[in-house]
Amino acid sequence: MTTPRSTGRVLVVWCPDWPVVAALRSRDLPSRLPSAVFAANRAEAVNAAAREFGVRRGMRRRDAQARCPELLVLDAEPDRDARAFEEVLEALEALRPGVAPLRPGLVALRSPGRFYGGETEAGAVLAECVVGLGIRDVRVGIADELFTAEQAARSAPVQESVVVPEGESGSFLRPLPVEALDEPETVSLLRRLGLTSLGDLAGLPSASVASRLGQRAAWVHRVLHGGGARPLDTRTPPPELAVHVDFEPPLADAEAVCFSTRRTAERFVEQLGQRQLVCTDVLIQVSADHVVASERRWLHPRWFTSADLVDRLHWQLVGSLKAGRIGSPVTRVRLVPEGVVAESVHADGLWGGTDGRVERGIARVQGMLGPEAVVAPVLQGGRSPAERQAMVPWGTRATSLRPRELPWPGSIPPPYPARVLAKPCPAAVVDPAGRPVVVGRRGTVSSPPARFRPGGEEGWLPVAAWAGPWPVEELWWEPGGGRRVARFQLVAADGRAWLVTFDDALAGWVTEAAYD
Amino acid sequence: MQLRAGGTYEVAPEYGGAGLALALLAGPSAVGGWGAVVGMSDFGAEAAASLGVRLDRTVLVPDPGELWLEAVAALVDVVTIVVVRPPGRVGEAHAGKLAARLRTREAALVSLGPWPRADVRLAVETPRWSGAGRGDGHLRARHVTVAVQRGTAPPRRTDLWFPDADLALRAVGSERVAEIRDVG
Repeated sequence: MTTPRSTGRVLVVWCPDWPVVAALRSRDLPSRLPSAVFAANRAEAVNAAAREFGVRRGMRRRDAQARCPELLVLDAEPDRDARAFEEVLEALEALRPGVAPLRPGLVALRSPGRFYGGETEAGAVLAECVVGLGIRDVRVGIADELFTAEQAARSAPVQESVVVPEGESGSFLRPLPVEALDEPETVSLLRRLGLTSLGDLAGLPSASVASRLGQRAAWVHRVLHGGGARPLDTRTPPPELAVHVDFEPPLADAEAVCFSTRRTAERFVEQLGQRQLVCTDVLIQVSADHVVASERRWLHPRWFTSADLVDRLHWQLVGSLKAGRIGSPVTRVRLVPEGVVAESVHADGLWGGTDGRVERGIARVQGMLGPEAVVAPVLQGGRSPAERQAMVPWGTRATSLRPRELPWPGSIPPPYPARVLAKPCPAAVVDPAGRPVVVGRRGTVSSPPARFRPGGEEGWLPVAAWAGPWPVEELWWEPGGGRRVARFQLVAADGRAWLVTFDDALAGWVTEAAYD
Repeated sequence: MQLRAGGTYEVAPEYGGAGLALALLAGPSAVGGWGAVVGMSDFGAEAAASLGVRLDRTVLVPDPGELWLEAVAALVDVVTIVVVRPPGRVGEAHAGKLAARLRTREAALVSLGPWPRADVRLAVETPRWSGAGRGDGHLRARHVTVAVQRGTAPPRRTDLWFPDADLALRAVGSERVAEIRDVG
């Protein structure tokens, strides 16, 4: 049976354990080292070498290290994964235009069909291209639509491809376990219903699948019955939309560089405009002495005009010069569009984000005080109030925020303090006899606090009520860490309350926040 | 209480003024306006969010230094409400100029600290935290009296739960959430 197809066949290239691969590549380490990427103390990705020792995803760091003492522990950094995968995308784009990255490590292409002699051959050519970049573990799957192609790639051996013939998606998918759905809740529900394979799912009436199990399961259900091709939303390779300008002689001064880049920035915006595109995400690279000395990605809530680009370049130059990252005069500036959208999407009123007026006013303040002086507050996970928030320089993307959903043992229950000191200030807490209160190793308080001084201009205040301690061992895994602290809420007799912390390392007290 | 566009509001920093300033920020923010906070390096983001401030529509300038007044003036042009903690005495002339700007731009200014000729002066009085004992429990709710003084009229006092056990603002003895919002 052949189903009418509007789109061609899909080829998926999969690099397993990409976060580990990317991290090792960024440090020039060999991929055979047993390594794992950890986020919030849980293994997020584990490579094959580590799996041989029994390290698994979701394992706690301590358990993983118990199984494999030489395990290389890497930090999760989604930006790095994406950046490293860009290299793969570029190499594949050179062979076959129109790649659609799904996430770092997984990319879909329209199958080249007979161009390389056949689909298996095409898979081999693409795999070879990726291996040529030094990425040994790559697998290819080819099928009628995306879901099947991804599953085929997952079942392929290293550097091989699995081709699911036309119209055979159903028979390929049926024996697979329901875990292939990659939706923990649905999978758990199916398991409890006694349905273990996708074939069992196929046996259910389609109406109930849609209403009980959600969109994705319904879609997979359609695929199992021979329908449901999903059009591939491809990313068209930018036909050199990236622009650069060379300086001869090299320029040492930020103003001069910005002035000389103005025309280039205009060309950049114009080129995109000719394709009815606007840029929302740009990578600015500044080279000194013919090597990239400063690189930064900037986001814009609307889109970049040429003036915006020059502004961002200026901030980046000023920051990099101050930090000493640019040691010699600038020889080249390169602007790379990282994210483009159709102009029409950004027509006024459709986009809920910043309106341009606000953006311009904020840019004026940034021009006055420096780009880092204006920040956007964001929330993140953590134990102390200061850890639970972050200040992101306006216009840049927040990176490596801690997840809020995790339980953070030792965090203080709400209400939240209205004032969170950027820097804790020294405080003092004494008992009725005037001796300093000390907190022991097990969170025992030497004597109840009677008076305290929260620091600043405040004098001694009698304690009317107190709560705590909330003991925390902070950052013991970091060098120089191992700080043991115990937090207290102290209410003064005049009704004000503070968050005051006993720090083991200082053997003293600091005020972290005020419940104003 | 309703914030009036073009108005200046002075909040006494004592006894929980910072929290009250954040609560004033929440009103315009909830109806889609933008807010800016200048000179508060100790901005409690989580407390602000729990009071209803939309953090994605909030701009902070934690440490504007000498140029704080210029930063406030620039922000008044584009946002609905600016909360500022002046680093020192504010000159009458500066305040007057800014007040004119506020009126033309229809923005409100909340000063955490003395502000010359503010339209409304607010102060938190007699805060009482409940929930904490002697080494047990934790802070849960706070009972405050807020004094509101318009011009030279005698201050009006309201008892509030700020925050109540659900982190909201509630007038004592009522189920109704006390309204602090902007009329634009």
